Amino acid sequence: MSEPISALNHARFDGIADIAEIGLQGMITLRGDLAARAVKSAATKATGAAMPGANAISTKDDSGLCWMSPDELLVLCPYAAVPEVLAQLQTALAGSHALAVNVSDARAVFRVSGPAAREVLAKLCPVDLSPAEFEPGTIRRTRLAQVPAAFWMVDNETFQLVCFRSVAQYVFDLLCVAAQPNSEVGVF
Amino acid sequence: MLTLQCPYCGVQADETELSAGGEAHLTRHGPGSTEDEFHDYLFTRENPRGVHFERWRHTYGCGKWFHAARDTQTLEVFGTYKAQCTEPPKELRDAITAKRPGWTWREFS
Repeated sequence: MSEPISALNHARFDGIADIAEIGLQGMITLRGDLAARAVKSAATKATGAAMPGANAISTKDDSGLCWMSPDELLVLCPYAAVPEVLAQLQTALAGSHALAVNVSDARAVFRVSGPAAREVLAKLCPVDLSPAEFEPGTIRRTRLAQVPAAFWMVDNETFQLVCFRSVAQYVFDLLCVAAQPNSEVGVF
Repeated sequence: MLTLQCPYCGVQADETELSAGGEAHLTRHGPGSTEDEFHDYLFTRENPRGVHFERWRHTYGCGKWFHAARDTQTLEVFGTYKAQCTEPPKELRDAITAKRPGWTWREFS
């Protein structure tokens, strides 16, 4: 078996915020009726995280649940644990109208951190990123320049961002340009 | 710039995060319909100056289709509602009447 490599293999950039491709992250797309008890219990048991509300993320240790739409969750877990978590989900959802698929290798994950992290993303997305509107625990799927992306805050100065693997280099370049040294706007 | 609230995820979505889906509440005329009905279904569209109903999709967000009521002249947004509605909700029509007395759009008023 060949060794899995993430899209940009831990590429980094230091500007007004630190940009880092964080490497391999286990991700499972779970689609189904999020109000259904079977779906809720399967997701929460597989991760240990509480069921998130709309536009929210809940985490527990290395795992988490991201609310992506009224019928979609993104399940986060360690990369090596994906086959086990996926099997657990599929067993628990065997009788339900639901779908769980491993998408870990179809995505790239970035971390944007530093006091100006909000500014870096605010330059690229049509999203109100002021601390009053966007805080740790919120997740937002949106447009990052020309491609779709989703991001949430790990703490008050750190964002985690997920995009398609095929546009990983584009997203990294965008983030680097937005984080050029001395490019603070100072709105937040 | 147009900002619509997605009725599914509640996000205030900027126009660039959405895709326009054309006129709302069209009746599909397929096999078994007359040529005139099919022609109108394909080509005949409202082109109002004022109150208009449209379909939009939250493409870069939750991916859901929804409906929006807005004014084509002032870009005022009266409201959005779910794609499962086959006609504009009563509350929304009343709200539009309060702002634009006497409005009509196709069979709605």
